[in-house]
Amino acid sequence: MKSLVKIMPKKGVLDPQGKAIEKSLNQLGFSEINKVVQGKLIEIEINTDSEDEAKKIIEDASKKLLANLVIEDYEITIIKEN
Amino acid sequence: MKISVIVFPGSNCDRDIAVSLKKFSKQSPSMIWHKEGSLPKSDLIVLPGGFSYGDYLRCGSMAANSPIMNEIIKSADKGTYIIGICNGFQILTETNLLPGTLIRNKELSFICKNLPIKVENSNSSFTHNYLDNEIIKIPVAHNEGNFFADQEIINGIKDKNLIVFKYCDKFGNTNDESNPNGSLDNIAGIINEKGNILGMMPHPERATDKISGLEDGEKFFTSILESIQ
Repeated sequence: MKSLVKIMPKKGVLDPQGKAIEKSLNQLGFSEINKVVQGKLIEIEINTDSEDEAKKIIEDASKKLLANLVIEDYEITIIKEN
Repeated sequence: MKISVIVFPGSNCDRDIAVSLKKFSKQSPSMIWHKEGSLPKSDLIVLPGGFSYGDYLRCGSMAANSPIMNEIIKSADKGTYIIGICNGFQILTETNLLPGTLIRNKELSFICKNLPIKVENSNSSFTHNYLDNEIIKIPVAHNEGNFFADQEIINGIKDKNLIVFKYCDKFGNTNDESNPNGSLDNIAGIINEKGNILGMMPHPERATDKISGLEDGEKFFTSILESIQ
């Protein structure tokens, strides 16, 4: 089973990279763009057929390593393969 | 007196700190590879600066899960003195041995400079040989030194007088102009509540020799070494 973990800076946490991208886009002429936040997307394969188990494992992994809860939120998506 | 320096893949200040520790303690520290499952009995443990695991994911996040860290957390609970410098500070926050975290510098650039630092708390085991509010010059070299924590944590750090070093200008003013990286409250170094763990972004080990042009790190080493004895 595959899982995607989306990790984004928490609201209120300074995101200088997002800000720099935003500025660049504005300079390129994308004047409509007014807020860019940069995060991470991590793709993980898990050896289990159980969606619940996969979620549990990734939840644990997110807390222990993938995200720093002081500054980041995470969101887990399980992708069922056909 | 037994001192251990932990070496991670990508550590690059391990030798510098060993040279400084030897200079003031007259003995060589043990260099401990991060994969070790046990730690020799130590009075002081140092996590050196560098780029452990290439700073992948988040600075210090991989190193924080190295096998040796379980032993370090146990030692920390027992009250052993622990110092984390630069990447070592990042590792200590990633293990929750120190509060908050260190994010990307506000201006996105790597800062490599000798900067004035104010000794905000000269009562700690790591700083008692400095004067209160003494302004010292110490090199910084980091890309992620911007200290961040939520308001509650910051209030706790302030109320308990855990801020040890602050970035300042040459007159000792701590404000936005003298803040090189965006750190909350100009924080450059903090201790834990118990007072046995210190994390700091500046490199005192690079300021202990006339050849390097700076010697203001000397009192840092004499302070902690006296605290051990």
